[in-house]
Amino acid sequence: MLYREAGDFKVSYPADQQTFPIRSDRLIFWVGLAAAYCVVPFFINDYWANAVLLPFLIYGVASIGLNILTGYCGQVSLGSGGFMAVGAYTCYKMMTAFPELNLVICILAGGVVTAAVGIMFGLPSLRIKGFYLAVVTLAAQFFLVWLFNKVPWFYNYSASGMITAPERTMFGFAISGPNATPAATYLFCLSLLVVLAFLARNLTRGSVGRKWMAIRDMDIAAEIIGVNPLMAKVTAFGVSSFYVGVAGAMIFSVYLGAVEVTEAFGIQKSFLLLFMIIIGGLGSIFGSLAGAAFMVLMPVLLKNIMVNQLGWATDIAAHFEFIIIGGLIVFFLIVEPHGLAQLWRIIKEKMRLWPFPH
Amino acid sequence: MVEFLYGVEVFINGLMAGVMYSLVALGFVLIFKASGIFNYAQGVMALFAAMTLVGVQEGQVPFAHLINAIFGTQYHHFGWHINAFFAILVAALVMLLFAYLVERYILKHLVNQEPIILFMATIGLAYFMEGFGDLMWGSNIKTLDVGIPQGGNFWIEEKTAFLGGDDFYGFYLDTLDIYATVIAVLLVSTLVLFSQYTKTGRALRAVADDHQAALSVGISLRRIWVIVWCIAGIVALVAGIMWGSKSGVQFSLSLIALKALPVLMLGGFTSIPGAIIGGLLIGIGEKLFEFLIGAPFLGGATENWFAYMLALVFLVFRPQGLFGEKIIERV
Repeated sequence: MLYREAGDFKVSYPADQQTFPIRSDRLIFWVGLAAAYCVVPFFINDYWANAVLLPFLIYGVASIGLNILTGYCGQVSLGSGGFMAVGAYTCYKMMTAFPELNLVICILAGGVVTAAVGIMFGLPSLRIKGFYLAVVTLAAQFFLVWLFNKVPWFYNYSASGMITAPERTMFGFAISGPNATPAATYLFCLSLLVVLAFLARNLTRGSVGRKWMAIRDMDIAAEIIGVNPLMAKVTAFGVSSFYVGVAGAMIFSVYLGAVEVTEAFGIQKSFLLLFMIIIGGLGSIFGSLAGAAFMVLMPVLLKNIMVNQLGWATDIAAHFEFIIIGGLIVFFLIVEPHGLAQLWRIIKEKMRLWPFPH
Repeated sequence: MVEFLYGVEVFINGLMAGVMYSLVALGFVLIFKASGIFNYAQGVMALFAAMTLVGVQEGQVPFAHLINAIFGTQYHHFGWHINAFFAILVAALVMLLFAYLVERYILKHLVNQEPIILFMATIGLAYFMEGFGDLMWGSNIKTLDVGIPQGGNFWIEEKTAFLGGDDFYGFYLDTLDIYATVIAVLLVSTLVLFSQYTKTGRALRAVADDHQAALSVGISLRRIWVIVWCIAGIVALVAGIMWGSKSGVQFSLSLIALKALPVLMLGGFTSIPGAIIGGLLIGIGEKLFEFLIGAPFLGGATENWFAYMLALVFLVFRPQGLFGEKIIERV
C-alpha cells in the first residue's frame, strides 16, 4: 500500500534516472540521513561508537572502494590491507610534518598517495587477468606491510614501531587523539562516508562507470566497441585505491588512534573487505554498505549472545564466529550470489506488488 | 671459496624449502585441473589434517572445550596414545570424509558458476574449517611427531667438511627436509603413475581436458570431483605432516597456502611438473635473494614478499606461467 510508484509522475529525464525513483525510497533515505545526523549523535556512547558505528562507517568507505574495483571493473584485489596501510602512513606523515594542516586534508592526501600506489600495482592488470591478478595483488599486500615495518622513516623512528595520531580539531571539537568524543568522531566519519558514497554512486552510473562495467563483462568486447582498457583499468585502480586509502587513514587517525601495521593492515583485512562486498553484493553501492554493516554487526551480535547470554568462553565464541562467517559466505554464494543487495531488490519488488501479486 | 660454499648451502636449503612449497602447490593443481576450482582452502586442509593427526595420536576428545562449556564436565583426553601409523590412517579417513562432504554440500550446488564465485566459496570453506578445526581440537600450538628424525644431518656435514678449509664445517641440512624431498618424489611419481596407467586416472585426465566431452562419454563428474578432493586431502595430509613436524601445528600453517600461490603462478596452474619446478624456483630464489641482497642491504625478512614480486614480474612477460597452457581468449 505504502510502497508505490503509482502517482509519482516523472516529467524529466533526470527525475526518471535518479537513484531513488520511488517516492517512499526517497523518504526513507532522507529520514534515515536526518536521523543519522540529528538523533544519533545525542544518544551515542563510547561502546556504540567504537564497536559498531565507527567501524561500519569506515569499512563502508573501504568496501565501496573495493567494490568499484572488483564489483564494477571485475578486477579481484587481495591487496586492500596494504593499500589501507599506505593511506594510514601517509596521513601520519602529513599530520606530524605539518601540524597546522586540517585533518581532512591529511586524510585526503592519504587517499591520493594510495591512488598513486594502487595505479602502480594495477598496471600489470593489463596483461594479467583473473586469479593471476588476485595473486599479484598479494605482492602489494606483503611488500607494503614489510616496507612499513622495515623503514623507520615511515613511523618517525618511534621505538615501538607504532604510529600514534596526535590531536586534531575541527570547529573546536577534537576529532583525533585521546580527547575526541564519540559524537564528534561519528559525525566526522559519517560526513566523509556520505560525500564519498554520493561521489561513487554518481561515478559508477556515468560514462566512467559504464566503461568499468564493460571491461568487467568482457574486456575484449569492450575494447572492440572503443573502451580504452588501459584508462578504464587504471582509473578503476586509482579511484578504488583512493577510497581504500581514505578508509585506512580514517582507521588510523579517527578510529584506532594508534596502529601497528602487521596487526591492523594484515592480509585478514583484505579478506574481510572481500567478504563484505561478496555478502553485500558485487557491483552495488548499497551492497557495499550492507555488507560492511553485516560483517561489523555479526561478530558483535554473536559475541553478545554467546559470551554474555550463554556465558561461553571467548575463544569458543571466536571459533564459532569463524564457522558462521565461513558457512554464511558459502551459503550466500549458493543461494544468492548477488548478495544482500539482490535480496533487498527482491523484497522491494515484492513490496511494490503486495498485496495483489498477480 | 667459503663464501661460495655458503652460497651453495643456501641454494640446497632453498631447494628443500621449494620441495615443501611444491607439496602444497600440488594439491592446488590437482583440484584446479580436474574441476577448474582454485582451492584456497588447501592450506587450511593441511592444517586440519595435521590437527586431526595430532588429536588422534594424543587421544584428545574432539570438541572437548565445547562439551565442557555446555555440560560443565571436564573431559580432555581419552588417555591413550595411538601408533603414528594408525593415526595417519584415521586422519586420512577423516580427509576422505571431508572430501565427500565438500562435494555433497558445496560443489554440487555451485556447478556452472563463474570461477571467481567458486574461489570465494573455497575462501568461505577455509574460514569454516579454521573455526571448526580449532573448535574440535583446540587452538593451542601442538607438536607433531610421527617418528621422522629432525635436526642437522651430521653425516652430510662430516662428509662435506673437506670441501673448504678450516673455517668450513660442511653443509648443514635438516634431516626432515631430506625426508620431505624423498616423500615428495614418491608422492609425485605415484600420482603420475596413477593418472597415466589406471582407468580412474584416465577419467581424471579426460575431465581435466574437457568437462562436456567427458560427460558425454559417460564419466560421472561428481564421482571424479570426490576422487580429486580425496587425493587433494591426502596431499594436504602429507604436507601437513611435513610442515607440522617442521614448525609445529599452528595457525600459520594455513598461510602456506598463500605461499603456494606464486609457486603456481610461476609454474602455470595446469601443470604438475610446473608446480614442482615453480616450487623449487621460488624456494631457491627467495633463499638466495635473502642471502645475497635481503639480509645485507634491505634489513632482512624479504622472504615475506619476494615470491609474489617474482611472480608479478614474471607474469608480466609470460601471463600463463612457465608450463601453463597458452591462454586463448575468444569473444
